[in-house]
Order: sequence, then structure tokens, then C-alpha cells
Amino acid sequence: MSEPLLAIEGLAAGYEPGAAIVRGVSLAVKAGEIVTILGPNGAGKSTFIKAIAGLVPKFAGTVKLGGSDITRMPAHLLARQGLGFVPQTENVFTLMSIADNLRLAADILPKPERAAKIEEMLKLFPDLDRQRSLAAGRLSGGQRQMLAVARALIAGPRILMLDEASAGLSPKLVGQVFAKLADIRKRGITIVMVEQNAKAALALADRAIILAEGRTAHEGRSADIASDPQIRQLYLGLAPARGAA
Amino acid sequence: MLDILAYAAFFLVTALTYGIICLGLNVQWGQTGLFNVGVAGFVAIGAYTSALLTTPDAAGRFGGFGLPVWLGWIAAPLVAGAAAALIGAITLRLRADYLAITTFGIAIAIQLVALNAETLTGGPFGIGFIPRAFAGLEDQPVIFNLANLLLVGLVTALLYYGLERLTRSPWGRVLRAIREDETAAQSLGKNANLFRIQAFALGSAIMGLGGAIGAHFIGFIAPENYVSAMTFQVWAMLIIGGSGNNKGALLGAVLVWGLWSASGALLAAFVPAEYQARAAALQIVFIGVALAALLVFRPRGLLGEEKIVSRFLKD
Amino acid sequence: MNLQFIADGLIMGALIGLGAIGVTLTYSILRFANFAHGEFLAWGTYFTLLLTAAIGALVGGSGTLGALSFGWPVILAGVIAALLTGLVALALDRILFARLRQRGNAIVMVMASFGASMALRSLLEFLFTSEPKYFSRDIQIALPLGLGIRLTPDQLFLLLLTVILVVAMERFMTKSPIGRAMRAVSENPVLARVAGVDVDRVIRATWMIGAALACAAGVMLGITVQVRPFMGFDLLLPLFAAAILGGIGSVPGAVLGGLIVGIAEAAAVQVVGADYRAAIAFLILIAVLLIRPAGIFGVRE
Repeated sequence: MSEPLLAIEGLAAGYEPGAAIVRGVSLAVKAGEIVTILGPNGAGKSTFIKAIAGLVPKFAGTVKLGGSDITRMPAHLLARQGLGFVPQTENVFTLMSIADNLRLAADILPKPERAAKIEEMLKLFPDLDRQRSLAAGRLSGGQRQMLAVARALIAGPRILMLDEASAGLSPKLVGQVFAKLADIRKRGITIVMVEQNAKAALALADRAIILAEGRTAHEGRSADIASDPQIRQLYLGLAPARGAA
Repeated sequence: MLDILAYAAFFLVTALTYGIICLGLNVQWGQTGLFNVGVAGFVAIGAYTSALLTTPDAAGRFGGFGLPVWLGWIAAPLVAGAAAALIGAITLRLRADYLAITTFGIAIAIQLVALNAETLTGGPFGIGFIPRAFAGLEDQPVIFNLANLLLVGLVTALLYYGLERLTRSPWGRVLRAIREDETAAQSLGKNANLFRIQAFALGSAIMGLGGAIGAHFIGFIAPENYVSAMTFQVWAMLIIGGSGNNKGALLGAVLVWGLWSASGALLAAFVPAEYQARAAALQIVFIGVALAALLVFRPRGLLGEEKIVSRFLKD
Repeated sequence: MNLQFIADGLIMGALIGLGAIGVTLTYSILRFANFAHGEFLAWGTYFTLLLTAAIGALVGGSGTLGALSFGWPVILAGVIAALLTGLVALALDRILFARLRQRGNAIVMVMASFGASMALRSLLEFLFTSEPKYFSRDIQIALPLGLGIRLTPDQLFLLLLTVILVVAMERFMTKSPIGRAMRAVSENPVLARVAGVDVDRVIRATWMIGAALACAAGVMLGITVQVRPFMGFDLLLPLFAAAILGGIGSVPGAVLGGLIVGIAEAAAVQVVGADYRAAIAFLILIAVLLIRPAGIFGVRE
């Protein structure tokens, strides 16, 4: 078996020492996979992904990306190491233009590559291309999410992590965003996504991990989880699967 | 020997005057977390208010109403508190540091009025002949200073007692909740702001009282007494003594005023006249460095915040 | 009516605007009102004064440029002094603000800056006494510009310098990677880190730029008026008023705010006399807080 791209061992994390919200979670993500992190409110999903992204203090455990230890790496260096992160809220610079949002992210690339990379992203998201100089604060919720994803992709990440990308979006927009994520995976980018919308997430992801009270409650292939009536009821707030064997 | 006693009493009266001002600052900063950079301005309001009311009629200047001293002591905090309530109503709904900037501004504006509105404030020469308490004893400095010490000590004790009660009252607990917990403050909404304004006005009123007491003890006031260096001294007193602690405020005042007076006396005795001004500047450098160092290394000050209330917060 | 006051207000406003850029950047990026900013003006000016003397002693002579009262030694000294002032700001951040920043209480940083301001200013007083000093004692002939307005060659030069600095600064903020990063940290520091911005580097750049512009403003004040240890502290309220009037975080706003404060002060002197000049900034500040706390270009309070 090949080495996982992202390997998390026994991660404990939280905002204040002695008050861990995530209490020893391990997760291995293989290159090219889409893994979704599910669980009830307050399970520590967001804290978990933010801790990986270097935004929440880690108390114990290790995080490895492509074999190298990134546990103590500050957030701004993680972006350069190929770890892209899209926060749930306030994930674009509202006072800056769309173009400047992308330029800012491209600034960590070598100078000659920047312009081409920005153009590539704008091609991937034609909606954004049409209004480059518009302040990002004036975008609709769905477009903002697209810009946030585009911003995270600019640095050419090996792995893209999203914190509830579907939150607050209409079902139609969720469909669009998730379709885009499927495209992105086809470009060889691994995806880890925290989701509330378990149904849509399980439909997209290869595997899922379910957190409850800061620990791993279940882990498995999306299809298996989606068809397990007990998990559906206990952790995902879904009705028992119809037509499931 | 008697000289020393007279000086000791004189020193303590001045130190306690600062202590009273410091108690006022403690209501604002220690209890409520409001940063007032215009302490000297509110002290000046109190001093000038009381001076105008109690001095004998003066030619070329408004007032001199010749009212009794105790009336000045009552009016001074009222006027200072009202001015603070007005400023608070404008700034306390905004970002925390806007209060700092505005109070900094009001101290400057008051300084300008004191300097330039000669018909009101006597201009750069200030106001003299402010009636002193126990004026009949003035030719016996020991007894005069001791009597004043007794009076100011009594006022300080009453104030201390009242503030201690207030700190433990529901009102005091709300103030701390607002300071400690943003969500609690937000859930109170507009009310939180009202509490802040009350605390700010009360603190400034106490500063005004301190100003009046100082003015009546010395018998003379001038604009140069109420510059930013005074604000700075009072802050150093509170931070060194321990903010959030009324005992700390008083201890800090006596300690810092003691160090200030002692170093001033040493400078006067040993530094040649032509270097006096420079040496005085160095005094302020040391206090500035001490204040900054304390904030970094011992933000709790000597005594720290009192436990009784902290325990309440922890539960 | 004599319109000369507009010219005087313009000069004062230009240097207030330059100084206010640093205030507004520190406020929006480091998130506290820095009461020590005025001291950067004063320290920068004293550095320039000392370096000018040193250059004069080394090279000999203190030649003047054209009709100006100063020559290249002052300009060279000013550039080096701007760097030195930036280093003072960085040192202050290292020993004081950085330690307090970790505790995350902005108002304690304001208090610390108040203490630092007192110490820095009094240190200047200790070193140089409160006696005013001058770059030049020569009297300059003011050139008539029409409408009864006269400006000295020095004043014209300084206005031109301000325009150049402000345009350069605006381009820097909108076009350069560091300028973009500064805007990003000012709006959302967490997202900036996620996007790969080294926030510590942005903080260092903010101090350097703010302090260097403060030095420029101080030297302007020193050349047109005089050099005193209190020169920066006395300007602090106008600096704050200009930054808040323009909208915290906005460089053009700070400059426009500075010009408004400067011209309003000069106009008020016409009406009520010079005694209450310093209260104008306070009145403007109160008016802004009452009417539009976010300022002219501001998006948040």
C-alpha cells in the first residue's frame, strides 16, 4: 500500500490549553481521494480541519503531508507546502477586487508563473472572469465560494481542504460547487471536506470519517456509511436509507 | 522633628489626593476596562469648578462666588461626571480605542481653555486664593497639615468603603462581566453601553473630586498642573498597585508619589541647576519604561486583582 | 479676504496627512491606536538634524539647492533618518508591542504605546533639552502665486514632495505584493495567513513605512517651523483626527483627512485666533464620531 498523502496521527487540538475539542483523531488520506468529515454539531469537525491548517493550537499528535512533518508549521507556510484551505465564513477579502484576491494568493508563486496561474483559474471559473475588478464583497454566496476555492487553488495545492463549503447555499448552488470539486479532483487534487450536508457530501466523497465529541465514531467508504441505517440516524440526521438492502 | 511630621502629613495628603484620582481610574479601567487618556482633564474640571465657586469675587474674571468649600467638593465631581457622561455617550458605542483618542483630545481642549479663557480660568497664571480647609490653622503647619490629612484621609476611607461595596454589588458584577466577556456584553446590547457610560462618569466624577481636594489643599491652581504627565503618573500608580484592586490603587498612589517626590528631591539636591530640566525629563523616561515593563512582565501589578470577585467570575 | 491661510493650511495638512498614513496603517493592520506615533515624527527630525550636522562636518559646507533654505545634506540625512526611525519602530515592536500582541488585548497595547510615547519624548528632552532647534535661520522670500497667496520655495518643495510620496504610497498599496498583503491583513488576518501571507513580515513593513513617513512629516515641520521634543506629541491629536476622518485603513483617506484638518485649523485661526488652534482637531474628531464614525473612505468603525 502506498504512503498516504496526508497522515494525521492522534491529533488533539482546541483553543485553550486543557480544553481540547478534538481529542485524538487519526486520519490517512490517499492521493486523489475525496474524504469527507461528518458529524453532529459541536463534534469538532471544524476545529479538526482548522488545526490541520495551522489555525487552531495543536496539543498532541502529528500531521504529515507527503511524508514530511508539518505539525508545527505556521499557517502561511502550509500554503507554500501544497496545503490549500477554504474557511467556512469570511473566506474572501471583501474589500479587494476579484483580481486582487487572486493576485494575493499568486504572490507566493515565483513571479513568472503568477499571471498564467491567475488566467488559468479565471478560465476554470468563467463567472469570476467576467467581473475581475468587482469588489469580492459584492459577489453572491455561490460566487464567493467559487472565488474562495479559486484563491486556494492558485498556489497549486496537492490537497484542498474545505470547511463546510455548502453552508448557506441553495441546493442548486451546492450542486454547482460540488460539481466543481469533482472537476478539481480530476485535475489530480486530493480533497478533504468538512460537511453538514451529509447526503451531498457522501455522494461526492470516496470515504467518510464521522466525528462525535472530538473522537472518531466511524470511518469507512461513503457508500457503506450512506447505507448504514444506524449511522444515518445517530450521526447524520438522515432518514433511514430507502431502498437500501 | 516637627518639620518632618509636617512634611509627612503634607506628603500623605498629596499622595491620598492622587489616590482618590487613582480610585476613579480604577472604576474605569480596573472594573470596566475603559481606557481614559484624559485623566488630567477631568481632574482639571473638578479643580477649576471648585475654585470658581469658592474663591472670593475676583476682578477681570468670571465668578469667584465665595461659596463654602464643601459645596465646591460636591460641585466638582458633578461637573466632571457630567462632562464624562457626554463624552462617553458619544464614544463608548464605538471601538474601544476611540475612547482613548477622544479623552486624549478632551484633555487637550481643557488645557487650552485653562490657558486661554482668561476671564474664566485666569489663563496661564491660574487661580489663587482658593480657600483652604482649616485655613485658621495655616500659621501652624504641623497642625494644619495633620488636620487636612485627617479630613482627606476620612474622605478617602469613605470613598474606598463605598467603592468596595459597589464592586461587590450587582452593578459592579455587571461591569466586570461586560469587561471579561464580549458575549455577555453583546447580549446586554444597548444596556452594556449604559453601564459603561455610568462607570465612566462615576470614575471621572471621582477624579474631579480629587482635583477639587488638591486645589483646596494647595490653594492655587494653574494649567501646567494638569498636563499629560499627570495622566501618565496616575496610570503608573494604578498599574503598579494592581488594577482592579482599590487597595492597589491607593498603595500605588502612595508608592509612586513617594518615589517621584524622593527622586525629585534628590535631583534638586545633587544635580546642578543647569541640568535640572534634563534630569526631570529622565524621571519621566524612567516612569515610562517602568510602566511598559510592568505591562509586559507583571500586568497584575503588586497586589493584582482582588480574588473575591474573580472567584465569582470563575464559577 | 486674504486667502493666504489656505496655503498655510495646505502645508500643515500635507504633513499631517503624511503622519496620519502611519497612524491609519498601524491602526488597521496591528489593530491599535498608537500613541507613540508622534514620537516617530520627533525622533526622525532629530535624527535628520544630527545627520545633517554630521554630513556637514564630514564634507564641509552646507550648500543649499537653488532657492531652498537647505541642500542635499538635509535630503540625504532625511533618507537615512527615515530608515533609522523605522528601526526605532521595529525595536519598539520587538521589545514591547510584539510581547503584548500575543496576549491579544488591544487596549493594553494602546496603554503601552502611551507609556512608550512618554519615555521616548522625555528621552529627547533629556538629550536635546526643550530648547527649539532650527534647520536654517535664513529668512526666505515668499513667492506670490496670485489671489494674495504666497509660498516660500521650501513650502513649494515640501508640497511637491508630499504629492510624490502619497502617489508612490498609493501605488505601493494597490500594486505591490507587500501592499496587497498589508490590505489583506488589515481586512482579515486569519484568511491572510491561509492565503500564504507572512503576517510578521507585513507588520515589519507597516512599522517601517509608517515610521519613515512620520520622519518625512517631522522634517517638513522642522524645516517650516522648528524642531522641539514635543513637536510630534503636539501633532498627535490632528494625526488621529485625520486618520479617523479619512477612514481607518485608507491611505488616500488619511491624506485627505490631513488636508481637511490642516485647512480647518488655518481657517479657524483666522476666525478665533491662534489660541484655540489645537482644539479644532478635537472638534473635527467629535463631529466625525457623531456623524460618520467610519470616516470618509472607511468601511467599518
